[in-house]
Amino acid sequence: MGRKNSFKTFAKEIPTNIFSGFVVSLIALPLGLGLALASGAPPISGIIAAVVGGIVTAILGGSNVTITGPGNGLVVVILAAITTLGNGDMQQGFLYTLAAIVVSGIIMIILGFLRLGSLGDFFPSSAIQGMLAAIGIGIFAKQVHVMLGNLNAKGSIIELMLGIPEGIKYYFTTDNQSVFYAGSVGIISFLIMVFYSKIRNRYFQLIPAPMWIVVLSVGMHYYYQYFSVALYPIEESLLIALPNDVMSNFAFPDFGKLLEFDFINAVIAITLIASIESLLSIKAVDKLDPLKRRSNVNKDIRALGLATVISGFLGGLNVVTVIARSSVNVNNKGTNRSANFFHAIFLVLFILLFATELRKIPLAALAAILVYTGYKLASPENIKKVFRIGKEQLIIFLITLITTISTSLITGILVGIISTFFIHVVINKDIMLFLRNLLKPNVLMFKEDDKYFVSIDNFSSFLNFTKLKSKLNQIPENEDVIIDFSLCDFVDHSVMENMNSYAETFKRKGGHLEIIGLDNYSTRSDHPFALRKNIPDFIKPKKGVLTKRQKSLQKIGTELNWNYLPLQEEKISELPTFGYFKTRQINKVSNIVSNDECSFFDVEFSEGEMIAKQVIRASMFYIKLDKEIPEFTLDREGFFEYIYHFAGFKDIEIDNHPDFSKRFYLSGKNQEKIKELFTDELIFFFESNPYHHIESSKQGLLILGKERLAGVKEIKALADFGIRLQKIISS
Amino acid sequence: MQIFKKILIGIAFSPNLKANLFEAIRISNMFSAKLVAVHVGNKTDEKKQKLQLLLNEAPNLNTPLNTIWQKGKPVNVILETCKNEGIDLLILGALQKENLYKYYVGSIARELTRKSPCSVLLLIKPSAIRVPCKHIVVNGLKDEKTKDTIKTAFKIGNQLDCKRITIVEEISQAELDIKVSDDISLRKATIEKAKIKKREDLRVENILSEIDCKETTLKIQSIFGRRGYSIGHYAKIKRADLLIMNAPKKMGFIDRIFPHDIEYILSELPTDLLIVK
Repeated sequence: MGRKNSFKTFAKEIPTNIFSGFVVSLIALPLGLGLALASGAPPISGIIAAVVGGIVTAILGGSNVTITGPGNGLVVVILAAITTLGNGDMQQGFLYTLAAIVVSGIIMIILGFLRLGSLGDFFPSSAIQGMLAAIGIGIFAKQVHVMLGNLNAKGSIIELMLGIPEGIKYYFTTDNQSVFYAGSVGIISFLIMVFYSKIRNRYFQLIPAPMWIVVLSVGMHYYYQYFSVALYPIEESLLIALPNDVMSNFAFPDFGKLLEFDFINAVIAITLIASIESLLSIKAVDKLDPLKRRSNVNKDIRALGLATVISGFLGGLNVVTVIARSSVNVNNKGTNRSANFFHAIFLVLFILLFATELRKIPLAALAAILVYTGYKLASPENIKKVFRIGKEQLIIFLITLITTISTSLITGILVGIISTFFIHVVINKDIMLFLRNLLKPNVLMFKEDDKYFVSIDNFSSFLNFTKLKSKLNQIPENEDVIIDFSLCDFVDHSVMENMNSYAETFKRKGGHLEIIGLDNYSTRSDHPFALRKNIPDFIKPKKGVLTKRQKSLQKIGTELNWNYLPLQEEKISELPTFGYFKTRQINKVSNIVSNDECSFFDVEFSEGEMIAKQVIRASMFYIKLDKEIPEFTLDREGFFEYIYHFAGFKDIEIDNHPDFSKRFYLSGKNQEKIKELFTDELIFFFESNPYHHIESSKQGLLILGKERLAGVKEIKALADFGIRLQKIISS
Repeated sequence: MQIFKKILIGIAFSPNLKANLFEAIRISNMFSAKLVAVHVGNKTDEKKQKLQLLLNEAPNLNTPLNTIWQKGKPVNVILETCKNEGIDLLILGALQKENLYKYYVGSIARELTRKSPCSVLLLIKPSAIRVPCKHIVVNGLKDEKTKDTIKTAFKIGNQLDCKRITIVEEISQAELDIKVSDDISLRKATIEKAKIKKREDLRVENILSEIDCKETTLKIQSIFGRRGYSIGHYAKIKRADLLIMNAPKKMGFIDRIFPHDIEYILSELPTDLLIVK
């Protein structure tokens, strides 16, 4: 039945997927051509990658709404490979690069089978940001010149960047008509890219910006052909070259350099970028999926690898999962992998039907699309974002960026990883923390009271994030999870960022993921993703920077119209009067939310003395009473953990409530008064609510949940319990 | 079930001696066992006097203390004494990492733990004044020794007047032959986990049916994770006072390079640890 039904929905959704595939292909066409050109490869190779990718991953892939094809990130790597492997001969270099692409595809298949999709977690996020920005700058630097009509700009990324003013000057002063017109088309195209999103016209927005550029430049060609007396002003060499017979002229890889160092280097770089780009995109697209499905990353990597092998043999580029096209797919209501398939089919149709028209597109127009892509990757906005997270992240980002630009991608990312580690060591002033605990398992996960509890020990950073991730991935996203970092001495930015994305996923799917144990940590900025370091007890935390939990507590306070104080200098004076604190020394009371009668707070106290000392943090609720009540403790029957023994006093049986007496352990000195206090209403309240440890001093009540810090959700439950109890008791 | 009738404590004249000795005396009294103290080194009047001073301060020992003075290598002497005297329980002190609330087992104690013919009790925070033991965590993994270990745990719980025992079943991730990679496999894995948990719970309940545990607050907790590691981490979070584990089958050279089972705990003791032979 299930299978039949799913087939039915599949069939029903085909039309929307065809439409979505069509819209995506409108973008994929110019992007495919442009990315291939920017890589120094024949334009058709980009289309081959998109077509093969679309078909193969649609059939064998493990994700749902992703679109595959040639990727931005690969431009720089492929260009470098073609140049170095070809020793100046771009055509031969391309054939060698195809072989590298095939090999990298095979490696991806193997990685997929070995379930190494998690390999991507070993890259610190600021280093990846830096690498992506470097790729953006690489694309930008080269394509600006092409956009201005100059195909001959050569040199390293830095030289190209420095040559930009010269290039602009050349464009304005040139007497070459062809270059001037091509440059104008490029600049207009660039303006279209920039202002597209700002034009709020429904009909204009029907066609994506890159397709407008294609349509307009083809239209311009026809204008010159049919309406104008003048000849088309842009010469052949500045237009896209497509083979005459698209279906038969496939380039075939040349495996002649298989064992050479440069070749292996190229394979590693291609595989690295292809997997990182794909993994990041798959993760990002999963967050966009309206049906909230979880992608099978390893299966997808295998499919991408196979697609890359086939694409390489047919003379196409790498196949990776691409974020921009995928999000267009989601926006156009693509629901399953068939959209990717249809996008491939439409591309084939375009190439077969409109090959002549496509040959009219000036290279400058495509370059404009890429300049825009490159700019977005390296935009100052991104740098600002990184800086907001923390100075040290900016340092990592810049080190990676500069090394990548000035050397190569592999060196860049390696230096990024090493510098991240180095900075972590410097911040902690302790290298042993990392070395000693690197290989140890550090994550404990268990299910208790229908809640998942995850505790992380030692440190949590990009180095050991996979361990945490593999545990978290085993939790269904509609469950409640509490992640406790309080045993961790150090949590880095990559982990914080990932935790945030997990929290989002859980929220989207109806679950709840919460982080506790970070309130005592020092941070270097007030950004929620900033890295955190545990500060020893003797250093007071700086004021001002609140954690997410503290902010939530503050919010609860505002909602209730209560006061919130992150730290109180003087301790709540009533606390030590409770039996619970007779044997426990209160160190600190923090995160206090209170009004005149009630308050809830985190309290840090220690048990035992000297070396037997243990520091414990727990959340509690305190009710101040106007009238005097007898001292008592109330607990779950048989739950001896908290009991402060009133010497010689046994469980008090309340008449007419055998069930209550069976379930609760009530003790106190003044039996008569206690029995008086426990009215039917109060007993019914206790019976119908979850167990808490409750204790009274003469003037107040103390309510305890678990003997640890409570998550925000638990705090809310505790507050609710406390407020209702207060009403009953004081009435 | 293990009954500890004869307890051995090594005496080094270190600042910790008082706490160690007091703790050992208390434990011997609770178990109504004989206490044997061995010092590796010369028997001098000064040392004798020091020991006597401490003993005068200490709580009364129910049975007289037997002190052995012998020269030699600490590990060999202690192991030999264990054999010769028919010791059931060897008490060792752990060391604390400076400044941190972290404890580890020193090299001699570690070697003793590995080679000891009898059960070993490692104390992380021996104290001159008694800190009551309120929560015992004991392993419940699938092993022939487990039954005995759990029984011992209940016996000790009784003797120490500890009312709360948690049995932790560590289930190796490898038992779950489904790898989680998408929604469907996640659902399958979750169901499978519940099944394994039920099976393991049943196994432990079977063991418990032979034990009288009405008096204690009992909890069975299953954890999917690395064996030997998870239970230590759990004991740490739950702030258990005593962790009781099976003695490992054998510990070779390779086990120390690629730590597993008990080695994780020895490198960072979460609580007092009793290894039941």
